[in-house]
Amino acid sequence: MPRVVAACSSCRAFTGDLTEFEVEGDTVRRVIAALDRLYPGFGEHIERRMAIAIDGEIHQDALFEPVGSESEIYLIPKIGGG
Amino acid sequence: MSDVLERPESAIRVAAPLDDGHLKVVGTRPIRPDGAEKVTGKALYGADLAMPGMLVGKIKRSPHAHARIVSIDTRKARALAGVKAIVTAADFPDLASEEYEAGESASNLRDLSLNVMARHKALYDGHAVAAVAATSSDIADEALALIVVEYEALPHVIDVEAAMADGAPVLHAHLFTEGLAARPDKPSNIAKRNELTRGDLAAGFAGAEVIIEGRYTTAAVHQGYIEPHACVANFGADGQCQVWSSSQGQFMIRTYCAKVLDLEASDIRVTPAEIGGGFGGKTTVYLEPVALALSRQCGAPVKMVMTRDEVFRATGPTSGAVIEVKLGAMADGTIVAADVVLKYQAGAFPGSPVGAGSMTALACYDVPNFSIVGYDVVTNTPKVAAYRAPGAPISAFGVESAVDDLALKLGMDPIALREKNAVRDGTKASYGPTFRNIGYVETLQAIREHPHYSAPLGPNQGRGLAVGFWFNVGGESTAAVNIGEDGSAVVISGNPDIGGSRASMAMMAAEVLGLPVEKVRPIVADTASIGFSMLTGGSRTTFATGMAVTQAAQKIVEDLKRRAALLMDVSVDQVDYVNGVAVCLDASKGKADLTIAELAAKAAQTGGPIGAQVSLNAQGAGPGFGVHLCDVEVDPETGHVTVLRYTAAQDVGKAIHPAYVEGQIQGGVAQGVGWALNEEYVFDRTGHMENAGFLDYRVPVASDLPMIDAIMVEVANPRHPFGAKGVGEVPIVPPLAAVANAVRGAIGKRMTDLPLSPPKIRAAVDAG
Amino acid sequence: MSKRQHISAVVNGDPVEFLSAPGTTLLDALRDELGLTGSKEGCGSGDCGACSVILDGRLVCSCLVLAVEAEGRRVETIEGLADGGTLHPLQQKFLEHAALQCGFCTPGILVAAKALLDANPDPTESEARYWLAGNLCRCTGYDKIIRAVMDAAAELRQVRV
Repeated sequence: MPRVVAACSSCRAFTGDLTEFEVEGDTVRRVIAALDRLYPGFGEHIERRMAIAIDGEIHQDALFEPVGSESEIYLIPKIGGG
Repeated sequence: MSDVLERPESAIRVAAPLDDGHLKVVGTRPIRPDGAEKVTGKALYGADLAMPGMLVGKIKRSPHAHARIVSIDTRKARALAGVKAIVTAADFPDLASEEYEAGESASNLRDLSLNVMARHKALYDGHAVAAVAATSSDIADEALALIVVEYEALPHVIDVEAAMADGAPVLHAHLFTEGLAARPDKPSNIAKRNELTRGDLAAGFAGAEVIIEGRYTTAAVHQGYIEPHACVANFGADGQCQVWSSSQGQFMIRTYCAKVLDLEASDIRVTPAEIGGGFGGKTTVYLEPVALALSRQCGAPVKMVMTRDEVFRATGPTSGAVIEVKLGAMADGTIVAADVVLKYQAGAFPGSPVGAGSMTALACYDVPNFSIVGYDVVTNTPKVAAYRAPGAPISAFGVESAVDDLALKLGMDPIALREKNAVRDGTKASYGPTFRNIGYVETLQAIREHPHYSAPLGPNQGRGLAVGFWFNVGGESTAAVNIGEDGSAVVISGNPDIGGSRASMAMMAAEVLGLPVEKVRPIVADTASIGFSMLTGGSRTTFATGMAVTQAAQKIVEDLKRRAALLMDVSVDQVDYVNGVAVCLDASKGKADLTIAELAAKAAQTGGPIGAQVSLNAQGAGPGFGVHLCDVEVDPETGHVTVLRYTAAQDVGKAIHPAYVEGQIQGGVAQGVGWALNEEYVFDRTGHMENAGFLDYRVPVASDLPMIDAIMVEVANPRHPFGAKGVGEVPIVPPLAAVANAVRGAIGKRMTDLPLSPPKIRAAVDAG
Repeated sequence: MSKRQHISAVVNGDPVEFLSAPGTTLLDALRDELGLTGSKEGCGSGDCGACSVILDGRLVCSCLVLAVEAEGRRVETIEGLADGGTLHPLQQKFLEHAALQCGFCTPGILVAAKALLDANPDPTESEARYWLAGNLCRCTGYDKIIRAVMDAAAELRQVRV
């Protein structure tokens, strides 16, 4: 199962002290849906505020990216440049 | 053309292009296609457009740093002959709080709207409270003076820690600190607290053999683009709006104007003017919604151009900040613990770049135990806007100063210390994901091997090293390529050119199409003429828009092969396209080659016009690393710091047009040097900016700087067709500490408060 | 509002006439009355040099000159630097050296550089830097600008010889 790490302060409001999760899903969207079932409201928060790094590569819009069973997914705040 | 570049084994390429013998255009230095009009003064920037019947728009601004707006009386102003329109917040919808992403990161639309035109409260000296449109500049000025605004002045706060303290004047009654364990019951100026942690900080420090601590402070600095904000807006009688604006993103302007004025985006057409510098400061709106609102009221086009004074007082600088760093290390230089606290000014509304500052603070280091805490704090100063790698230079200043002290304490070479703790492929970044295809170590190596590193120093001279990191982004871009009947090409995209990107777009298309670059004309189109593109910023254009351009050109090549096959009467798999010529692979068939010009001449017979458009959302932008080396000489009598020599190495992936990559590096260095030595917002006791002009807001001039040696290290990013990584922002990250570390070397004292202006240096030298 | 005055001057070698209020700057007159928008306003206070023009052979900030002061005088702006369709060596070298990024400061710098080379055809790097210290550039860090100016100076010296 893909491993999700949500080490951002804004996620704590949903997940409390937990920062690592193993959830089912073969696309980012399904992983987010699984997280949302565990923590209602978390899904929308992720979609609006977070960028997603899949196995090291950062995606700002990742909804339909495939996720492997060994994938590592990091939730990080969206970044703006200048 | 290869679409996946192999990562070179010996990865350093120092000031020479990647060894791809097959690249004909990418990596060369052609003259930019918009060059002639720029050197002859013909290019049109935001203030250069005139429309028939155009009025002059001007803004009335609060003289108070913090005040309730009790009333605004515009009657006398309206009665003045020549005044055609007056607007206040009453003419703008009262938006609910809503996060919306139209720039590069989410903006709160309500805050954006309130910043454009104050409602109920003025939150900084310079905050817009009303605007007029009149038949001449003089009449507009007179009208502004006739608008009577009654204020109830309130205590104000500017310093970030003063704003955080209990009892500080509170800017927003409904702002409660986000990110705390328990929701607070009192409003605060601390909008947000964020935290990044790893490992066990206490254990890490307990095991450390050496501890370094430092407290560092920086002042607010402005992006300092030479062109003030300018736009012309026309609200047509049929509700169709035209906006001509110098900005970093015409689609962003369209979206924000639509949201702020409650209009349909499809009713607004934004044409990008040439832009005289942005650096992030033009990734938002100030004038455009106001100009549209004025134009709507009077039915005439309205031009608005800011004065330099207004640019400083009312457009986003970046944060002034406090940075606290504590490092724990072993005697061999291994950093085992790091504790960083960042406090950034957000200006009048939440949204400082402290999040990015937190994420980049330790990005160059592989540290097992750390805590990075960031505070986003509102202050009675203009709302902060993005400034080139927003947030990163500030935290890098603190961390790199501390690491420099660590090297001194350990008696260790600064490059060796950084190598010891360097992130490499496979290292988990401090902000989470695992690094891949990065060139940090190679960039350190490039500096170590550079003659600058071992050049001798004289009296009162010092040398400083510092490193820096920036993510770079990808995002949505659209590009269209059309082939003319003579075989030439037009490349259309939606990204304003702020650093020479047009040239790079033309070069990438020329490479794929096998055309000489002079036959490829790049155009930056308006919002109605090209599909959506995220704005120019975040070091994204060459990466993401370049990707769209390349893919569109590749589609055209496939189409050309199909047409050639038709004309040659062979199957498509027997046709190849090389260097602008379609050839039949089977020589026995005796088919003559067909050039792109010949194919274009037959376009009508082979399916019609030849063109392709690609819209994409580019992912996989590679982060960039910079390593800078700076030599300074300090005059102990005057405290003046002269930058003697500067060498900047950067991991750029692939330099599409090396001269413009060098230019980005040199420009970022210059801004960083100004930030380190001279630039700062100076406020008087009433919260009014005292140095709102280029005389006293001292940016580097030509005599302040030496030649800047830019070394491009190419470690390819396999996600980009030519291996490019974004380059524009990294160069401003290391200079603050590079300069401060050099000063440390020159005077033997650690300076922790930027800018290092002469009085401060004198005081430090005098103190002995 | 004061009555506007009639001004006659020679701009880039051509006689021109325009109306100007007493308080209007030469910069505004060039841009708004004569349509010569190549000179830019960066600060309005003579600190950035983006408005540089040459007035009777002397380099000035046109934002600090009143339009009425141009009466009977010769003004050279960026629009007059090229010889018809042929770029001046300074312009050509700026392109070759990539000495511009956003291009906003470029007209002012080119005019100032021309004034430099008119006065001193063989400047040192330091002399060039100090001469151009009144022209702010925020994009380039000045490196390529100075290289272009020195290179153009060398080429112009050869032509003269």
